[in-house]
Amino acid sequence: MSAQAPVRREGGFPIPLVGMLLFISSEVMFFGGLFAAYFNARASFEGEWGPPPGAPELEILPIALPITLILLTSSLTMHLGVRAISRGNSSRLRLWLVVTLGLGILFLIGQAYDYTQIGFGISDGVFGTVFYTLTGFHGAHVFGGVVGLTILTARAGAGQFSARNHVAVEAVSYYWHFVDVVWIALFTTLYFLR
Amino acid sequence: MATTTATPGSSAYERSWVLDWLTTVDHKKIGVLYIANSFLFFFFAGLLALVIRSELAVPGLQFVDESTFNQSFTMHGTLMIFLFIVPIFSGFANYVVPLMIGAPDMAFPRINALSFWMLPLGGGLIIAGYLVGGAAAGGWTGYNPLTQERFSPGDGTDLWIMGLAVVGTASILGSVNFLTTIFKMRAPGMTLFRMPIFVWTVLVTQALILLATPVITAALIALFIDRNYGGSFFDPSVGGDPILWQHLFWFFGHPEVYIVILPALGVVSEILPVFSRKPLFGYAAFVWATIGIGLLSFSVWAHHMFTTGVVFLPFFTFMTALIAIPTGVKFFNWLATLWRGSLVFTSAMLFALGIVSMFLIGGISGVMLASAPVDFHLQDTYFVVAHLHYVFFGGAAMGVFASAYYWFPKMSGKLLNETLGRIHFALLFIGFNMTFFVQHMLGIQGMPRRIADYAPDAGWTEMNLISTAGAFLIAVSMVPFVINVVTSLMNGRKAGDDPWEGNTLEWATTSPPPTYNFDSLPPIRSERPVFDLRHRDEVPHP
Repeated sequence: MSAQAPVRREGGFPIPLVGMLLFISSEVMFFGGLFAAYFNARASFEGEWGPPPGAPELEILPIALPITLILLTSSLTMHLGVRAISRGNSSRLRLWLVVTLGLGILFLIGQAYDYTQIGFGISDGVFGTVFYTLTGFHGAHVFGGVVGLTILTARAGAGQFSARNHVAVEAVSYYWHFVDVVWIALFTTLYFLR
Repeated sequence: MATTTATPGSSAYERSWVLDWLTTVDHKKIGVLYIANSFLFFFFAGLLALVIRSELAVPGLQFVDESTFNQSFTMHGTLMIFLFIVPIFSGFANYVVPLMIGAPDMAFPRINALSFWMLPLGGGLIIAGYLVGGAAAGGWTGYNPLTQERFSPGDGTDLWIMGLAVVGTASILGSVNFLTTIFKMRAPGMTLFRMPIFVWTVLVTQALILLATPVITAALIALFIDRNYGGSFFDPSVGGDPILWQHLFWFFGHPEVYIVILPALGVVSEILPVFSRKPLFGYAAFVWATIGIGLLSFSVWAHHMFTTGVVFLPFFTFMTALIAIPTGVKFFNWLATLWRGSLVFTSAMLFALGIVSMFLIGGISGVMLASAPVDFHLQDTYFVVAHLHYVFFGGAAMGVFASAYYWFPKMSGKLLNETLGRIHFALLFIGFNMTFFVQHMLGIQGMPRRIADYAPDAGWTEMNLISTAGAFLIAVSMVPFVINVVTSLMNGRKAGDDPWEGNTLEWATTSPPPTYNFDSLPPIRSERPVFDLRHRDEVPHP
């Protein structure tokens, strides 16, 4: 946060959170576009919709379901971190941030491993293209969240947050929950609805 | 009468003039950077327009081959839309929106600087195609499969995709900033329904940017994956669908039309009341009409796709025709504002009246094209070119010049020369109509757009000659404008704080305003606080 605060009427919902919510709404439209591409392809596809012929069927075990649970848990730990700092407990905040960061990295590792096991590539028909584009861009967003969490962890380590001043933690938590929600939609669409 | 007395002071620590502009986070300087950068791209894209019109002056291929012609119209459209007309209004809005709502700056000054500096980067990437064996040539709409690797080989199209993605991200960041500023930074008393109309149009415009631009970013990424990583989003042979591109493109592309035109309509609604010496007729109706247009703009995209045969014609015809209602409300607002006003024909007023008349023609031809049977006849003809230029040039670009004449005194502290301004307007108005009015007739007779040549016996030669002559007249009209700006900057008359007897808060501070904008603000009790301040001692009519 810069030192000078030129804002004269700082009341109500904090400015950085308004900015984050607006940014998230544009992200919703971005994933909306990719989901539109998915459902458009699915609707006009002739034959069996799914992994290309010869490739194994998508399975939620041993990877997809566990990393889903990891990401869901990380939303919970993120929330616990925000709750801790809003009560002024900065050591608890550091703990929950490190746990959230670790779970986020674990998710990315799990997804990368999943890519090696899945048996088809981005150029193997339209299902391969939409599968890798959707999950890949979601993964890129998780990576963005991991970067944000790393910065937060460093700042929390420097003792920059307090019960009154922790808007950055809240902003990143909004983003992290959003990334989580996108994954739930993706997971349901790719593995169950199809 | 100004409430701000200070002149622009020196910055907190000494920096060279260049470094100061390169690193500034002041919304006014960033606004000027936006405007200067946009005029640079306007100049380049205007030269490309002259290439197109020169080639079409007479039948046969005289100056350029088909490939250069294709690159010319693609780059002309792309640069004019994404790097001139949209960012230049972001520039004017950057300068005046914080002033108009009585704020010291934008909500996120550093993100503001970031979203500006991404523009020259993105524009540079797009133009860099010329250096690597040919710029993108698939039209600014980038239809598939034309833009696939097979039909558009080479790096030009990839650079076009990357550049547009950068420009799109810049405008998304900008929209987050504008919306947060307007929602959170308004001065005490500045309720939503006391905001200047221009701020309202910026609010709706930026909401459209926020929600529409990510969709084309997704489409561009899909195209990039198809071209470079063997994807098949748009490849029907393995289950993809080329029409998907059109859906995604126009889901962004039609709101884009209102992103372009709404700020211009906002400028008109600032200028007409000031130079009619009357309040805007029907302020609330105008606001609701703007919101209505913004909402409707998301439900009309497929009227660009009637001839694909895969869209439900009556729905999109009906929704498109509906937009004529809020637009008509605006015309009614403007005419009733002018009615029995004490009109002052400054250059800004002339351009504002130019928009009212030219955008009317563009709007009417738009309703014609919204009718599916008419559209089947006119699709991809010069009628469409005429229509879009009456909206983008006759509406939005005229709005740029109206804004320039209106706010130049505030930005520079100097008055522009009114005689040169009138010459500029007259030449531009005549040149514009010469160029584009005949294209309606050419289109109805079936002349296709985006083709470098036409048959000598088609009967189109005279009208094309007129059109080309008009294009050069438009180019000539820029000469008095440039002379005017340069000479006025050097030795123009001092403008004073409020040369036009304006209504809105930017006229309540010095010209140019200090870094922090205001020492103190007048009380805000209506949408015209500076008018109220000027007439505070007058006895109201009994």
